[in-house]
Amino acid sequence: MNDTAQIYDQGEYNFAYLDEQTKRMIRRAILKGIAIPGYQVPFASREMPMPYGWGTGGVQVTAAVLGKDDCLKMIDQGSDDTTNAVSLRGFFEKTAGVRTTYETSEATVIQTRHRIPEKTLTEDQILVFQVPIPEPLRFLEPRETETRKMHALEDYGLMHVKLYEDIAKNGHIATTYAYPVKVNDRYVMDPSPTPKFDNPKIDEMAALQLYGAGREKRIYAIPPYTKVKSLDFEDYPFEVQKFDKPCALCGAENVYLDEVILDDRGGRMFVCSDSDHCEERRAQGHTGPMAANPAAAQITEKNQRETTR
Amino acid sequence: METTVSTPVQNGRSTPLSAGFLDPVHDAQACFRAIMSVMARPGTRQKLVMCSEVPPEPLTPAAAAIALTLFDYDTPVWLDRPLMQSEAVKAFLRFHTGAPILSEPVEAAFALVSEPQSMIPLASFNQGSAEYPDQSTTVILTGQTFGKAQAVTLAGPGIKDTASFSTGPTPPVFWDQVVSNNRQFPRGVDLIFAGTAEVAALPRSTRITLTEA
Ligand SMILES: [Zn+2]
Repeated sequence: MNDTAQIYDQGEYNFAYLDEQTKRMIRRAILKGIAIPGYQVPFASREMPMPYGWGTGGVQVTAAVLGKDDCLKMIDQGSDDTTNAVSLRGFFEKTAGVRTTYETSEATVIQTRHRIPEKTLTEDQILVFQVPIPEPLRFLEPRETETRKMHALEDYGLMHVKLYEDIAKNGHIATTYAYPVKVNDRYVMDPSPTPKFDNPKIDEMAALQLYGAGREKRIYAIPPYTKVKSLDFEDYPFEVQKFDKPCALCGAENVYLDEVILDDRGGRMFVCSDSDHCEERRAQGHTGPMAANPAAAQITEKNQRETTR
Repeated sequence: METTVSTPVQNGRSTPLSAGFLDPVHDAQACFRAIMSVMARPGTRQKLVMCSEVPPEPLTPAAAAIALTLFDYDTPVWLDRPLMQSEAVKAFLRFHTGAPILSEPVEAAFALVSEPQSMIPLASFNQGSAEYPDQSTTVILTGQTFGKAQAVTLAGPGIKDTASFSTGPTPPVFWDQVVSNNRQFPRGVDLIFAGTAEVAALPRSTRITLTEA
């Protein structure tokens, strides 16, 4: 992020970095995306002072919607503490001067990569996704002219064949990330590299969802209260990952867990991927089976130190 | 070249035109959020931030705020007859947005309608293609009063269960046109309704049920 630092140091930048003409262009694309749920709107993605892998699509969407009164939360892999989340949060603190937060409920705009917060989002929130590959048919058909035709004709046979081959080979649908969905009974959409565990959250979600792919120059959206169905078959219905244990630290069930290595002797535990959710629960007095373990406590302590509440 | 809404893009003769928004960056952002919110929640209304000057009639302040928020060089704009006949309106839009003004509705990214009672059919505008449905026209009906006319029932994306919506004036058989517009989804126009200070919208995705009078 040295380039970014240099740009900051020059002192002069537009509010939220982008110039007004670029914001207008992105804003128009967002409105089209909302009007055609799940359809990928082409837009003239700009160079951003960070590599593509850092979520330039999400950053451009956030920059176009953000206002000075917003409160921004930045998540990467469910955590607000990763290098990516810290850098992007710093980018908007610096260029837009907006308030930022770790707390899901306090945020008006949440930009994310890989996870959707466990806490139910509200009508007053906007969820912005960083998308690497927006085209769900890309691995089946590399030609853009062809995938565009398939979407136009609502011809999703290839996708179903792929999922069915999965079943034939594995006995179940093996796709666990970026699991394809059908939006508003029309467009097949890639919900970005979130685990399929999060797919049910995007169905009928109260918050507006905006998806930005910088390198691929696409924006798409899901309005609030929109039907989003994970693709499946009558005899092989869609199922989310199940975890056989609760979170080791806060005891939460029915949340997405990450494996954490505790020591070099094979000690490990499974904890909430959504670190804000876990901390809030522990602050409320919930404890998991490993909460008293010294090695686990060390990790807890580290998280608390990095979280300014 | 970088431009902002406050930068004169086409300096007419000595015109009395001045700044559009008092705070170009943040007022445009606030207006956009209002428009985005109503497009995402069909039938709801949001307040717009107005320009610092009163636009020339028959362009309404709310229509001017929407224009300054969304129009620029890249968005050809179609005007209905009363707007097209006003040199002051065209000068205002050119000065503040730089948008090309054209007479072919099918080529328009945006359409501004000041006399909705006598507006041309929605089918006259660009409907987008099956492969690029986003290329269609966004039609802006101005001078709207909400809550007085016969209500219609809305359903679809952005609406929890159903919602009631009432706006006017609209042309005869307008709602039949909106029903047909939705039937060709994902093609179709999106509608923005500009009132005195508020804005509402009906994207093409909204299903309309006419309520019997
Ligand atoms: Zn936990």
